[in-house]
Amino acid sequence: MKIAFFALALGISLGSAAAEDTSVPYPIKDVHWGFEGPIGTYDRGALQRGFQVYKEVCSACHSLNLVGFHDLAAPGGPGFSEAQAKAIAAGYKIIAGPNDKGETTDANGNPLTRPGILADHFPPPFPNEEAARASNGGALPPDLSLIEKARAGGAAYVYSIVTGFGQEPPPGFKVQQGKYYNPYFAGRNISMPPPLTADSVTFSDGTKASVEQEAHDVATFLAWASEPKLEERHRTGLEVMAFLALLAGLLFLTYRKVWKDEH
Amino acid sequence: MAGQSTYVPATGFTRWLDKRLPILRLAHDTMTTFPTPRNLNVWYTFGGILTFCLGVQIVTGIVLAMHYVPNADLAFDSVDTIMRDVNYGWLIRTVHATGASMFFLAVYLHMFRGLYYGSYKAPREVIWILGVLIYLLMMGTAFFGYVLPWGQMSFWGATVITSLFSALDQIIPHLGTAITTWLWGGFAVGDATLNRFFSLHYLLPFVIAGVVGLHIWALHVPGNNNPLGIDVKGPQDTLSFHPYYTAKDAFYLSLFVILFAGFVFFAPDFFGNPDNSIQANPLVTPPDIVPEWYLLPFYAMLRSVPQKLIGVLVLVGALVTLFFVPWLDTSKVRSCRFRPLMKQFFWLFAADCLMLGYVGSQSADAALNLGGTQLPLVWLARLGTAYFYAFFWLLMPLIGLIEKPKPLPDSIAKPVLGGKGERK
Repeated sequence: MKIAFFALALGISLGSAAAEDTSVPYPIKDVHWGFEGPIGTYDRGALQRGFQVYKEVCSACHSLNLVGFHDLAAPGGPGFSEAQAKAIAAGYKIIAGPNDKGETTDANGNPLTRPGILADHFPPPFPNEEAARASNGGALPPDLSLIEKARAGGAAYVYSIVTGFGQEPPPGFKVQQGKYYNPYFAGRNISMPPPLTADSVTFSDGTKASVEQEAHDVATFLAWASEPKLEERHRTGLEVMAFLALLAGLLFLTYRKVWKDEH
Repeated sequence: MAGQSTYVPATGFTRWLDKRLPILRLAHDTMTTFPTPRNLNVWYTFGGILTFCLGVQIVTGIVLAMHYVPNADLAFDSVDTIMRDVNYGWLIRTVHATGASMFFLAVYLHMFRGLYYGSYKAPREVIWILGVLIYLLMMGTAFFGYVLPWGQMSFWGATVITSLFSALDQIIPHLGTAITTWLWGGFAVGDATLNRFFSLHYLLPFVIAGVVGLHIWALHVPGNNNPLGIDVKGPQDTLSFHPYYTAKDAFYLSLFVILFAGFVFFAPDFFGNPDNSIQANPLVTPPDIVPEWYLLPFYAMLRSVPQKLIGVLVLVGALVTLFFVPWLDTSKVRSCRFRPLMKQFFWLFAADCLMLGYVGSQSADAALNLGGTQLPLVWLARLGTAYFYAFFWLLMPLIGLIEKPKPLPDSIAKPVLGGKGERK
């Protein structure tokens, strides 16, 4: 509120004639989410579709190190059954070894792997930071496990970034070699190419995969990845508040009764 | 004021125990029959609230320490594991992190209440000094605790604060650097630093608990001050602590807990900084290094001086000033209710602290736009710092000498039970 007020004052005083200040990013888009507010919950459909977007698009470059396959079947999550989560885990290859002969690589020199199980976390797309940078023009794609806690604006920030491509840079703004113009990103030069296009995934529930839909769903999925206990927090919070309101009421009556003759 | 003990052991066992360890007598005399001024208002409930806060931090902290790993490579992930996989870990950690802010909120209200009603004045100087000591210990504990999650703000906050000692290089070459190296246990904030900060973070709360014991002991010698700031004249002025103040404290504590729970369950990241969800990286400096809100006024003071050593001295001086408050105030009257001039400067001081906090939260080169002219915030910080010092070292001694206080009531009982304007 205060920031908006100062920004407004600044805007008025600078006037509309001034050139756009490209050193600051655009304010993030005003998007609203079902998991906001004191009783908010995640949209299961959006979580499952968002998981699909992460798996088929984002995970090519971005790790999700802190999230386990068992989380996919946990209460308050995307609502996959345990069998589905097991099947998803089994689709990933986890670095294994040494085997009982002490080998860590197969005959071709590749690391030994095994299918994932529920206890595993999502394996990273690159074996180390150097490999990730080498494949991404020197930039490091951040781990997405806590991305929406680590950026002011959370889900709306992620939504703004992935839908913020394709705009014409203001005159005089230089888009650096190998980078893309994205006015929602600090500095506006982003190393990530536009990740989403219409129909870049085919949703199994028949939802039309527009860029906005994909962005909404993956932002929801990453909100859950950042805080898988949000629904439990909200539910517990309401119970605790109901209890505290009752307790405070009783304590107030006690206080009044004790002090009745002494005020 | 403590008077004769009225404790009568009721059973054979308590009679036996009373002759050997009169702990029940102590509890009875200090927590049950203790004569307490009958006019204590809501601002006097923060003593109990603070005790609650300390208890919550210790209990949640002990549980967190069972799961936390003080290792630069593992700390960040261990905290995340608490949030994701430990049973109710998300709740325990959120209560602990929010609890630090609630603790400081309560302690600031407690301190401003003491300033307003003159609770630091004779015969309560030692209570005040012990309180300032607790406040400083709290700051240290909070600082060490903030480093433990090993996020970006943890790491860089630790770097900035410990580097303050390097200003001593300007007095004796290499002295400051030697001290920072010794504090870090290396040539940068790292694994050794994290380990010792964890150890100290676990130790200091128990030191605080000890000083709180002294603070309460010292309080029980003269008894509570009160909003009128006049001495208790007799039993008609007091009520027994139990049930009157236990009932009152319990009710206001429950309101405080509702606020506390509101943040925990519905705005757990309100006091947090997004950068602390990024693992510490010594190679990447965040654009703005901001301390937690409760340290912001002092951060603003530090940055208001371009010369580092003097900036550090200004910061330390502001804290040390608090120890001298009992002797800086020359007024015979305690409560600001009867000090028309001091009351105004008190509220100006409260506003000054808030303004310094705001300035401390902004980036160092920020400016306020006043109808086209840019007012660099650093000048506001300088003004605020000057007023902070002037309030204690100039206005407090001076106003006490020139101010004409309003007439004091004859006794606590009279306005409370008789008059209208002074009802509780």
